Amino acid sequence: MSYSITAPSSQQKWIAGILVITYALITLLPLVWIIATGFKTPADSISYPPKVLFSPSVEGYVNLFTSRSRVTPDDLAALGPPTTFYDRIVRQYDMVITGPSRYGERFMNSMIIGFGSTFLSVFLGTIAAYAFSRFKVPLKDDLLFFILSTRMMPPIAVAIPIFLMYRQLGLSDTHLGMILLYTAVNLSLSVWLLKGFIDEIPVEYEEAALIDGYTRFQAFTKVVLPQAATGIASTAIFCLIFAWNEYAFAALLTSGTAQTAPPFIPTIIGTGGKDWPAVAAGATLFLMPIMVFTVLLRKHLLRGITFGAVRK
Amino acid sequence: MSNNLANRAALATPQQLAHRIRGLSDRAVAWIFVAPTIFLLLAVNIFPLIWTIRLSLTNFRTNRPNNAIEFVGIENYRKILTDADTWISLQATAHFLIWTIVLQVLIGFTLAYLINKQFRGNDLWTTLIVLPMMLSPAVVGNFWTFLYQPQIGLFNYVIAFFTGADPASFSMIGEVTLAPWAIVIVDTWMWTPFVMLICLAGLRSIPPSIYEAAECDRASKLRQFWTITLPMALPFLMLAVLFRGIENFKMFDLVVQLTGGGPGSTTQLVSIDLKREAFEKWRTGYASAYAVILFVTVFGLASIYVKALNKVKDR
Repeated sequence: MSYSITAPSSQQKWIAGILVITYALITLLPLVWIIATGFKTPADSISYPPKVLFSPSVEGYVNLFTSRSRVTPDDLAALGPPTTFYDRIVRQYDMVITGPSRYGERFMNSMIIGFGSTFLSVFLGTIAAYAFSRFKVPLKDDLLFFILSTRMMPPIAVAIPIFLMYRQLGLSDTHLGMILLYTAVNLSLSVWLLKGFIDEIPVEYEEAALIDGYTRFQAFTKVVLPQAATGIASTAIFCLIFAWNEYAFAALLTSGTAQTAPPFIPTIIGTGGKDWPAVAAGATLFLMPIMVFTVLLRKHLLRGITFGAVRK
Repeated sequence: MSNNLANRAALATPQQLAHRIRGLSDRAVAWIFVAPTIFLLLAVNIFPLIWTIRLSLTNFRTNRPNNAIEFVGIENYRKILTDADTWISLQATAHFLIWTIVLQVLIGFTLAYLINKQFRGNDLWTTLIVLPMMLSPAVVGNFWTFLYQPQIGLFNYVIAFFTGADPASFSMIGEVTLAPWAIVIVDTWMWTPFVMLICLAGLRSIPPSIYEAAECDRASKLRQFWTITLPMALPFLMLAVLFRGIENFKMFDLVVQLTGGGPGSTTQLVSIDLKREAFEKWRTGYASAYAVILFVTVFGLASIYVKALNKVKDR
């Protein structure tokens, strides 16, 4: 490497590195604590001083996935010996498993609504972005600004008429209703991000394809889409993360059938107070996919976050 | 332009082929491609907005659908603006907004500045720092109430460890004086990485040749920072402030899970106040007027700010 008078010295790099790593370790502590608490017993989780070393237990996960009820010791004895490891854990507390909890369903709802709305918003966003990028659309700048401005509305403010509208249309507490809502919210982001990506693809490729006898549609699907694949993928991740994390609309517009995990996880309670290991277990399973995604796809994600800032 | 090219190509080719080249006209394709997006945004954003404005002029209550709906003019607006609760919420929001922005800009810019020194492994550590902002605010906010528990909470334990105070002697989310800071801390923890990333993009956009020239002119490092780094990163910083400002003015999920607006109404941000009016007291007309006021405020402040931002950029 050639010597530069402006490059930071190795001493500067060391100091910078130590400071940044210290901040990172502090900032990760709450996340580590979530994961650790999921593997504690309820007693360990509320001990003082907080336990850093503990013998791991899957009790939190068992409590997360089951609903239980208390029985008398006599009834418990009459049941015979526990057959599975989760039976054994539950029976220590004079309880029996009465069935699965709702966590699995809520998690599935998050998946269906997350992937459904991501697919729709990326699909609609791609074709709209292509049109904005390549054609003369009347009032283009106004439309683009309108699309962006829809993001300034506080979700609660929009929720009032949507709540009334969905009741009329029978869309409240349905997967379809939530998918359409999240699609609309994500569209502004997806159109803006994708327009940036498609703007970067040279128009000459399509023109060559058109001269070769492709129709506009074929040029779009066979020339533009493959070139924009990376951009489409990172846009999809952003849409997915939004839909996965969204809380306000989910809490107000869903209650049963279509309820997603974010409004559900805080409502997990045990017998006699909050069952923190179960909450932490639920949170861990829910947050883990996003953490893994972020670390694996860091290059595209970090670029996408600052994308709006760098472009305009 | 491409349309012309296609047409020219079409004119020079046999009839059958020409039809295939044109296929759908570009105009038709453009409309087919844009229409669904515009339609969906109209249905889910503009139509509800118009509906909200109409409701805001009535005394409609969702929980009493059989009551006659009366037109009350600007009565709701007058009530909101003269209601002491509204101003308490606005104050709580202002406190939250100002402190989160100040802290996030200071910490975020410092981190970006340090990361820009390009120490070994900086991209991995950047990713790890970014993790909190990727996660669900409601789920994480809910877990922070556990960290904030007196005695058993990790946060209280750590603070007690460094200050020598009794960890059971204070409750971050239970005390009137501490709760406004409890939400500032969690929001700063979560969103500083966002400001950091934008600042980092700003710092990386400064061409090294400027520093080289300054070095040749023997400008001190401090001088270089004040006359090159800061002014050139300023538009990015201002953009980060805009994004965080809009987001935190709308703040709902994180704070509602952390404190629910309490204790009393010390952390009752405008969105939480609005949610109570709309979905707990069911004063739909009143809440709609509230929503309109909030939207106009965000939109107005953001427009003024963007004008200022453009001035800084053009400089």
